[in-house]
Amino acid sequence: MTQTDFSTILPVTLLAAWASLLLLADLFLSRERKGLTTLLAALGLALTMGVTLAQSGLEAAPGFGGMVMRDGFSTFLNALFLLTGLLGVAVSYGYNHRLGIERGEYYPLLLFSVAGMMLMAQAANLIVVFLALELLSIPLYVMAAFAYPKIQSEEAGLKYFLLGAFASGFVVYGIALAFGATGTTDLAQILASVSMGAANLPLLTAGAGLLLVGFGFKVAAVPFHMWTPDVYQGAPTSVTAFMAAGAKAAGFAALLRVFGMAFPALAADLAPVMAILAALTMILGNVVAVAQTDIKRMLAYSSIAQAGYILMAFAPFGDESARTMAVAGGLFYLVAYTLASFGSWGVVIALEQSEEKGLQIADYNGLGRKYPLLGVAMAVFMLSLIGLPPTLGLIGKIYLFRAVIEGGLVWLAVIGALTSLLSAFYYLRVVVNMFMREGDPQVEREWWLEFAIGAAAVVTVVVSLWPFPLFDWAAQAVMTLF
Amino acid sequence: MNFLLEPLSIVTFSPLLGVLVLLFLKSEQKAALRWTALITSLVTFLISLWAFFFSGLYNPASGGLQLVAKYNWINVAGWDIRYYLAADGLSILLVLLTTFLTPIAILSTWTAVEERVKDFMLFFLLLEVGMTGVFVAQDLFLFYIFWEFTLVPMYFLIGIWGGPNRLYAAVKFFLYTMAGSILMLLAILWLGINGGTFSVPDLVAQGNIPVDVQMWLFIAFAAAFAIKVPMWPLHSWLPDAHVEAPTAGSVILAGVLLKMGTYGFLRFNLPLFPEASAQAAPVIGWLAVIGILYGAAVSFAQKDVKKLVAYSSVSHLGFVMLGLFALNAQGVAGAILQMVNHGLSTGALFLLVGMIYEQTHTREIKVYGGLWKITPIFGTLMLIVSLSSMGLPGLNGFVGEFTILLGAFGAGMKGGVFAGAGGFWLAGLAAVGVILAAIYILYMFQKMFLGPAGEVTHHHTLKDLNWREVVTLLPILVFIFWIGLYPKPFFDLMMPAIENLLKPFGG
Repeated sequence: MTQTDFSTILPVTLLAAWASLLLLADLFLSRERKGLTTLLAALGLALTMGVTLAQSGLEAAPGFGGMVMRDGFSTFLNALFLLTGLLGVAVSYGYNHRLGIERGEYYPLLLFSVAGMMLMAQAANLIVVFLALELLSIPLYVMAAFAYPKIQSEEAGLKYFLLGAFASGFVVYGIALAFGATGTTDLAQILASVSMGAANLPLLTAGAGLLLVGFGFKVAAVPFHMWTPDVYQGAPTSVTAFMAAGAKAAGFAALLRVFGMAFPALAADLAPVMAILAALTMILGNVVAVAQTDIKRMLAYSSIAQAGYILMAFAPFGDESARTMAVAGGLFYLVAYTLASFGSWGVVIALEQSEEKGLQIADYNGLGRKYPLLGVAMAVFMLSLIGLPPTLGLIGKIYLFRAVIEGGLVWLAVIGALTSLLSAFYYLRVVVNMFMREGDPQVEREWWLEFAIGAAAVVTVVVSLWPFPLFDWAAQAVMTLF
Repeated sequence: MNFLLEPLSIVTFSPLLGVLVLLFLKSEQKAALRWTALITSLVTFLISLWAFFFSGLYNPASGGLQLVAKYNWINVAGWDIRYYLAADGLSILLVLLTTFLTPIAILSTWTAVEERVKDFMLFFLLLEVGMTGVFVAQDLFLFYIFWEFTLVPMYFLIGIWGGPNRLYAAVKFFLYTMAGSILMLLAILWLGINGGTFSVPDLVAQGNIPVDVQMWLFIAFAAAFAIKVPMWPLHSWLPDAHVEAPTAGSVILAGVLLKMGTYGFLRFNLPLFPEASAQAAPVIGWLAVIGILYGAAVSFAQKDVKKLVAYSSVSHLGFVMLGLFALNAQGVAGAILQMVNHGLSTGALFLLVGMIYEQTHTREIKVYGGLWKITPIFGTLMLIVSLSSMGLPGLNGFVGEFTILLGAFGAGMKGGVFAGAGGFWLAGLAAVGVILAAIYILYMFQKMFLGPAGEVTHHHTLKDLNWREVVTLLPILVFIFWIGLYPKPFFDLMMPAIENLLKPFGG
C-alpha cells in the first residue's frame, strides 16, 4: 500500500474508522449524555468533509491498482454524501429523542452508510461497487427497522432487506456475466476489451442489464420501485430523510460511474432503455403521488418521480457531445433534489407526533400562518420539486431538459415537462393547506432541525440566483469521468 | 454588483427595498405596513418615469433597445445566459402601466384588506418585481424566470385573500398558466441550443429557423401566451380567478398580468418566427374575433357584475390580439394602446366594483338599482369608466379600438395577412363586437344605477366614495381623457419600435 493508495481512500477510511471508534465510545457514555454521540458523529462527518474538500485540488488518481478512483466526480459526490450525512444527523437528534429510539448505534450506522456511499462514488472496479453497495445498504436495513418494536418499522426493515438482498443478487449476477464476457471486473479494462473487440457483447449487455436492475432498485426507478412507499412510510422519518437523499444519490453515483466508464460501447443499446425507464418513472411516480393523503407516502412517490428526472441524464448517452452535459445536469439536479428532499422530510419530522399523528397532508392546515418561516421553507421545497423560480429545482430541470433536447429526445423532455405540471398539483396541495386553510398544527421546536431546514431553504433560493459556481463544479466533475 | 445600478435594474428591483422594510415591521403595525408598500410603489413609479423621460438616457425617437443592462450570468459548460434588461417602444408603456397601477391597487386595499396585511403587501411588491421583469428581460432564460415567478405571488393573493371559492380558483389559475409555460420552456431550450444564445435580439438577428420548425416553436410559445391573454377557448381560468381574487388582485390581473400574454406575442412570437406568424395570422385573427363576440355575449348573460367585467376582458383582449396579428402598423399600434386602455378601464371598473362590494358584500346586479341618486360621485365615475370601456369617442377605448379596426380592415385588403381568409368579415364582425360592448355595459349601468331603488340600495345606508377612493381613481381618469383626446404622445413612443418590428412583414 503506497502513499497514493492511502490518499485516494483517506476520507472513506477516516469516516469508517471514526464510526468504529464512535461505536466503542458510545459504550462508555451514560444514558443521559447520548447527545455527545450525536455531536461526535457530526464532528466526524465535518472532519471528513474538510479532508475531502482539501483533496479536491489534487489531480485525479487511481488507487490500489485501479480498484478505486479519486477524481472530480468522486469529490463532488463525496461532498454531497457528507452533506447528506450532516443533514441526516441534524434531523435525527431531536426526533429520535422524542420517539424514544435514541440508541447509540444509530450514528455509527449512519456513518458507515455514508462511507459506503463515498466508496461507491470512488469505485473503479465492479467488485468494489458491490462492496460499497453492501456497505451502504446493510446499515440502512437496520436503520429502517430502528423503531422496533413498532410493527411498521420492523416491516419496513424486513421488506427493504429482502428486496435489497434480491437486488444485490442481480448486481452480483450482472458482475459475473460482465466478467464472463470480458475476463475482468475493472471498469477501464472492460471498456478496453470492448473497444478491442475481445468482449462477448451479448453477454456483456445481459450483465449490464442486470446491473441496471440492481441499481434501479436503489434509486427506486419504475418498475423496481415497489418497496419505496412502504419502506419510506414505515421507517423512522429521520431514516427516511437520509435514505431518500443519500441512498438514491449513491445509486446514481454507481449508475454514472459504471455506465459512464465501462459501458459507453453499449450506450446505443442501453440509452433507449434508460429513456423509457425515465419516462415510466416520471409518469408513474407523479400520477400515483396525486392520490396520496399521507405526507410520507406522497413524498415517497414524489421521490420516485424525482428519480425519473435524474434518470433523464442517462437518456442521451448515445450522443457523445450531449453526454457530458447530461451527466453534469444529473449531478446538478442531484444537489437540488437532495436539498429539497431533505428539507421537506425535515418539515415532516417537525410536524410528526408520536403514534403516527401529524402525518396527514391535512395536518399541514394553517402551518404557514402559525409558523411562517417553517411554512415558507416548505413552500420553497415544494416549488423546487415542481421546478419553479426562484429555486434550484427550476435550474436543475432546465439543465436536464436541455441535455435531453440536445440528445435529440424531444419526446422525453415533453414528458418531463408535462409530468412536472402534474406534480404541481400535489405539491401545491401542501402549499394550499399551509397558507390558505385554517388549522392548528403542532410543531416540535428543535434547534438543529430548524437550522437544517432553514439552511436547505436558503441555499435552494440563493444558489438558484447565482448558480455559476455549482454549474462550474458539476461540469468540472464530469470532465474526469469520460 | 454593477448590474444592480443600471436604470432598468433599479426600476425592476426597487420594490424589493420595500419588501426588506416590511420584513422588519410587525404584523400589527397595519398603517406602517400599508404606507411602506404605498411609498415603495410610488417611488418605483417615479423612478420609472425618471428612467424613461427625465434621465436623458432614453431616446423615444429611436426604435432600438435602450437602457441596456447586459451582463454575463451563467456562461459555463456550453451555457450562454445573460442578465440582459432593455426597453424599447414595445415595452415602455407596459412597464409604466405596471408601475402606475401598482400604487393604485395598493391604495385600494387600504380598508379592504384587514387580515394579514404584511403578507399581502409582501406578495404585492414581489409581484411587481416579476411583472416589470417580464417586460424588460431580453434574455429568454431570464424572461422565463420572471414569467414563472409572477405565478407564485398571484397564486397566494388569490388563495389567501380571495372569495369563498378561492382555493379552486387559485389552483386553477396556477395549473392553467403553468401548463402553457412549461411547453414554452422546451421551445426556449430548443432555441438556446440551436442558436447558441438565449439573448432575444441575437436570436432575432440570426433568424434562420426553418419554417416547419418555426411553426412548432410558434405553437409552443403561443400556448403560454394565449392562456395568459386569455384567448378563446383557453379562457376558462379567467372568470374564476377574477371573481375570487381580492379587488387589488383583479386590478393587477386584468391590468398587467393579461398583458404579459399579448406582450409575449409581440416581443417573441412576431420577431422570432416571422414566417410562422404570418401563416398563423388568419387563425389567430379568427380566434380573436370569436373571443370578442363570445366574451361580449357571455358578459351580457352575467348576473354578477365582477364576472361581467371579467368576461368583458376576454372580449377586449380579443381586439388586442386581432390588432397584433393584423401585422400592420395601425393594427399593432392600436393593440399596444388598447393594452394600456384595457389596463386603465378594466382596472378602474374592478376598483369601482370593489368599492361598492366593500359596503354591501354582494355583487349581484339585480339587487342594486337607482344607485346614482344615492351615490352621485360613484355613479359619475362609473359612467365615465363604463363609457371608456365600451369605446365612446373622446375617451381612450375608442382610439384603441378604432385604430385596431383600421388595421384589421387594412389587413383584409389585397396583400394583407387576412386577405383570402375572409378578411372583410373578420374586421366587420369585430366591429359588431364594439356594439355588443355598448349593449352589455349600458345594460349593467342601467340596472345598477338608474331606475327604482333595488333591494340593497333600499336597505343599506350607502356612503358615497370618500376622498381616498376618489384619489385612487383620479389618476386613471386623467389618462382616460388624455389618451382619448390627444393620443399622439403615446403613439409617438411606440411607432419607431413598431416600424422595426414590422420590417420582416414588409410593413
